[in-house]
Amino acid sequence: MNLGIEHYLILSGVLFCIGLYGALAKRNAVGILMCIEIMLNAVNIAMVAFSRYLAPDVVVLTGQVFAIFVMTVAAAEAAVALAIIISVYRTRRSVDVEQMDLMQG
Amino acid sequence: MTEVAFCIIAVILVGSAVAVVLLRDLFRSALLLIVSFFAVAAIYITLYADFLAAVQVLVYAGAIGILIIFAVMLTRDLRHGNPFNRISGPALLLALLLLATIVGVVVSTDWPTVSQVPQVVEMPLHDPVTGEAVRGSTSFLATALFDRDGGFVLPFEIASVLLLAALVGAIVLVRRKEKD
Repeated sequence: MNLGIEHYLILSGVLFCIGLYGALAKRNAVGILMCIEIMLNAVNIAMVAFSRYLAPDVVVLTGQVFAIFVMTVAAAEAAVALAIIISVYRTRRSVDVEQMDLMQG
Repeated sequence: MTEVAFCIIAVILVGSAVAVVLLRDLFRSALLLIVSFFAVAAIYITLYADFLAAVQVLVYAGAIGILIIFAVMLTRDLRHGNPFNRISGPALLLALLLLATIVGVVVSTDWPTVSQVPQVVEMPLHDPVTGEAVRGSTSFLATALFDRDGGFVLPFEIASVLLLAALVGAIVLVRRKEKD
């Protein structure tokens, strides 16, 4: 068996779908955030695999550069999301997303 | 050799990700999430992305993992844990459909450079600036970020402003209101 881009892309797709299922099907807001992190990791694997296998020039690393930016945005997103979750938990004593209706009219 | 390593890492990665989704104990989910972050770093190493692997361990397994564990402990809901909601059945169906679509597209696409130019995958061992032999992708990544045609300098600066805004925003959100 030779490792090709298909293996990495299928691994990335499997991981993305696991994260998507968790993000849609869970009730705990922290659990949903963890599943979103799994999805971001899956996308990063796909981009690094593209950068390794499909770049016409070996020095072009645009896929890895994009992965770095995704990591930056993921770190910012995790910090703000956890701050929001803790802020909601303080007022409602719950992190169940089915009970979060603070913005309903 | 790499194939065996890839298979082992992929099994660990998918297994820990499935466990993150299926476990009811949120704290164990967080610990397994960190395991999956380490496995992703190992995947990066099989792709010759050593700098990204180091960043993955530092940022994801280190910073984000600790952050999530802190959030789990601060908002711990022992009675409920992390149950599934009412739409878990349709969500599973949607995820499986998406997975089938992705696998179908990946398998049916004829990826051009892979089969025809396999030597492209070898990591370059000479620094483009000094000509010295170097190992690893860090200097090439720096060139791609900052040097070539202006590179990604503006997105880099925007990302730093975004990080600052997120930092200030997170502090403002969790700050206790002053009693007046």
